[in-house]
Amino acid sequence: MGTTETPSEGANRLDRRLLLERLSSYWLVGAGFFAVALFGLIVLTLVQQSIPIVSEYSLFQMMTSSNWDPAADEFGFLPAIVGTIYVTILSMAMGTPLAILAAIYIAEYAEGRTKVLVSSFIDVLAAIPSVIFGLVGLIVVVPFVGDYLAPALGAHSIGLGIVTVSLVMAIIVTPFMISLSVESLEALPDELRESSLGVGATKWETIRTVLLRAAGPGIFSAILLGFGRVFGATIVPAMLIGGQTAIPDGPFDAGETLPTLIVNDFGELMSIPLTQSALILVGLTLLVVVWIFNFGAMLIRRRLQRRWQY
Amino acid sequence: MNDDIALRTDDLEVTYTGNREVTALDGVSTEFAENKLTAIIGPSGCGKSTMLKALNRLHEIQPNAEITGEVYLGDEGIYDTDDPLPEIRRRVGYVPQTPTALPLSIYNNVAYGAKLHGDYSSDELDDLVESYLRKVNLWDEVKDRLDDPGAELSTGQIQRLCLARSLAVEPEVLLCDEVTSALDPISAEQVEETLEDLKEEYTIIMVTHSMDQAKRLADDVIFLYLGELVEANDTRSFFEDPQHERTQEFVKGHTAIDYDDEPDEENVTDEQPVATR
Repeated sequence: MGTTETPSEGANRLDRRLLLERLSSYWLVGAGFFAVALFGLIVLTLVQQSIPIVSEYSLFQMMTSSNWDPAADEFGFLPAIVGTIYVTILSMAMGTPLAILAAIYIAEYAEGRTKVLVSSFIDVLAAIPSVIFGLVGLIVVVPFVGDYLAPALGAHSIGLGIVTVSLVMAIIVTPFMISLSVESLEALPDELRESSLGVGATKWETIRTVLLRAAGPGIFSAILLGFGRVFGATIVPAMLIGGQTAIPDGPFDAGETLPTLIVNDFGELMSIPLTQSALILVGLTLLVVVWIFNFGAMLIRRRLQRRWQY
Repeated sequence: MNDDIALRTDDLEVTYTGNREVTALDGVSTEFAENKLTAIIGPSGCGKSTMLKALNRLHEIQPNAEITGEVYLGDEGIYDTDDPLPEIRRRVGYVPQTPTALPLSIYNNVAYGAKLHGDYSSDELDDLVESYLRKVNLWDEVKDRLDDPGAELSTGQIQRLCLARSLAVEPEVLLCDEVTSALDPISAEQVEETLEDLKEEYTIIMVTHSMDQAKRLADDVIFLYLGELVEANDTRSFFEDPQHERTQEFVKGHTAIDYDDEPDEENVTDEQPVATR
């Protein structure tokens, strides 16, 4: 503040600052509620656009029928639900243990240059666009599954299918889960390690009993994020799942997921009002399942946080 | 100091080899008497915590700490030894500066180490947990909520819980790193009372910032300055008749700030704890 300022200039200045203060709260509130409004708008659109199909066919019937044939006015999307669940469970079952083990290695065992090297490779892996994974999957994973993995397990596969998608999706989400889990582990105070080692626990006992619990809620969130990504994954399943509109007989079979059903039919069929409405209903289903899932996860996480607080 | 010696260091030197090489402890040779409480004092960054952790090899969790010299627990070295590291750390327990509850129930916080080292029946474990919680004057406060998470206790209670956890593995020596510095005055006093009781049975080595605390609790005092041992003596001689110039300055510098030259033992305890980190 200049020393030549008169009292009234000083008062003006204060007025301007206070005005800015009041305005800032308005636009911050505005920005916050804009996000809420956007969310409401999306839900509203989906619900409103789903009404035509729901008013003609029962929701229950569509969700339990496996016949998707818009030309014949059949809109069963059970195969897509089954396929989505299949892919999600399989890829998480493959990715989660690997992610946790790798995170423990990076956070607690790797040192110096090795640690830097390994974690930067994982970051690089996480930054590769999914479509690249899809392409590499077509060239490498499809023949691997079709020619080696399926025959080795006594199954038949054309290469494209649920297992292939799950493998590739596991490879895509694992780096994310590793990075986030490493962050949770590294954020733990050294006192936890010292307290445990200080009573004569081994490093592994410390990790298993103390660190994995303390970082548990964080690791759980990391796994959830992985879940969300697999659930909503579109491009890789669209490229590798084989697009079969029937309930798959087994994991090596081709199939479809909710997102692939939408993208595959999107281009040609959006012009038919009833099909458009059906596809939007599929989208709404995807959204609702993701919500229910996140809500449940939030409850579990809260319990873990209380139980494993440190 | 001509009591029995529980722990002895011989030319102990710790160097941190990070971007910048720092000698945290520069050839310290000293002794810790059995069943006494020895306070390690000195200005911040003088190597107190490093010394404490070097006594049960906890500094080794830092990737770039190098150590030479030896620490003798009784007659055995803890560095040049066939004993596995967990066994050494069981015999020389450690309580960190920040009160730290493990992510377990109150019960399992105490039973944690004991469960790892021995086969106890659940009745034996119950008895063990109760006896150590009593030992740290915590039993009456927590006996009805043993299954609650340890972290739901107050910080002062957690610090006593840490003491119980460390004692439950029956260590020969207990290392305490500024265990009252993060506590409010009342909790600090409770922890001090607990330490006062414990020093009858255990060899305790405590790092402290507070000269008053050292005066109140310690039987012996070790003064470190910039990684070197300046003076080690029994508490009375140390404060009343410091031998080295540096000790005289340090003791005088602190007593000059003291508003209260302990005329009344009870009132001195309310020195404000210094939150360090």
